[in-house]
Amino acid sequence: MLSKKVKLKIFLLFVFLIATSAVIFFVLKSLEENVVYFFSPTEIYNKANISFDKKIRVGGLVKPNSITKGEKSINFIITDLKKEIIVSYEGLVPNLFAEGKGVVAEGKLKDRKYFIAAKILAKHDENYMPPEVSKALENSNN
Amino acid sequence: MLKNFFPNKILALNNNLITSLIIFLIIVVIIGIIYSLLISPPDYIQGDSVRIMYVHVPSSFIALGCFGFIGLASIANLIFKIKIMPLLAKSLAPIGCIFSLVSITTGSLWGKPTWGIWWVWDARLTSMLILFLFYVAYIFTWKFIADFEKANKISSIIGIIGLFNLPIIKYSVNWWSTLHQPSSISLTSAPTIHYSMLIPLAIMFFAMLIYSLIIFLMSYKTEVMKLQINKKKNQK
Repeated sequence: MLSKKVKLKIFLLFVFLIATSAVIFFVLKSLEENVVYFFSPTEIYNKANISFDKKIRVGGLVKPNSITKGEKSINFIITDLKKEIIVSYEGLVPNLFAEGKGVVAEGKLKDRKYFIAAKILAKHDENYMPPEVSKALENSNN
Repeated sequence: MLKNFFPNKILALNNNLITSLIIFLIIVVIIGIIYSLLISPPDYIQGDSVRIMYVHVPSSFIALGCFGFIGLASIANLIFKIKIMPLLAKSLAPIGCIFSLVSITTGSLWGKPTWGIWWVWDARLTSMLILFLFYVAYIFTWKFIADFEKANKISSIIGIIGLFNLPIIKYSVNWWSTLHQPSSISLTSAPTIHYSMLIPLAIMFFAMLIYSLIIFLMSYKTEVMKLQINKKKNQK
């Protein structure tokens, strides 16, 4: 059997673990705004106090057929399949930036529907496969 | 199982075992490199940069696994005062530390061609950096606190607090929006990595496990020797 001292230690440790979990949980909960890396268009749409001169990030999918390239600038739409935001950007985009793929834009909101990006990052998903398999999948879907 | 790690057993450990493990490691690494660089296909979106995964993912696993063990050993250590626990944990710490650094570095090298940036402060990357800092803190308490009992207590507390970081790292990609993609491998669902890429991943993971085992056996043996020398000194 466990001795009294060991039992007390287990009890104390148990209390410590629960208390620490609770503290971490509430700290992370209250910091949620800072922990999330980007907001979705829907979150921006629903956000009560939105700042138009602070740098924020918007993420989602690049809407298919929405990319229009100008001489220097590029415009496209970020969608989370519910709400959309038009993004305007000047500069180079990452290699993986493509229609239908994930994207995170960093910059400032002009209004709730229009975003001026200073930086574009590509976000890829957790699927990895050879090109042949992806082609075969596409063919079977069509 | 635990009996094999008792001090007298580990001291009797033959150097031939380590040598044969090293030879085995070299063979597995060569197979792993051939598989991951030549035989496995490029990814349909990322092309050849997906090959960084074969180093990045196993290192991250080992970095998390080592700290998981250190945390549990610290709990066992504080409650039951099992003598070999601090030695086991202490020998694992440098391995996990190096692999967390490898994970962060390769992740950074992978981030540039895929995301378009070396580093971002999203939840996954930041929590992984915190894991590395926990390793550094853990190792430094052993290094700079001369008194064994005191170092043992402080490092155990660091180990237990660091344990909370592990689920945060694991689930950061599900709890918050991050630039890092969600996990491809989980216990509950089929992996989202094609099997032709899973094979080199498994071989590289196996290779890094053998490497970790070799380093662990060597440093654990050293730790046991150090302890016994100190004991003899104190007796005199």
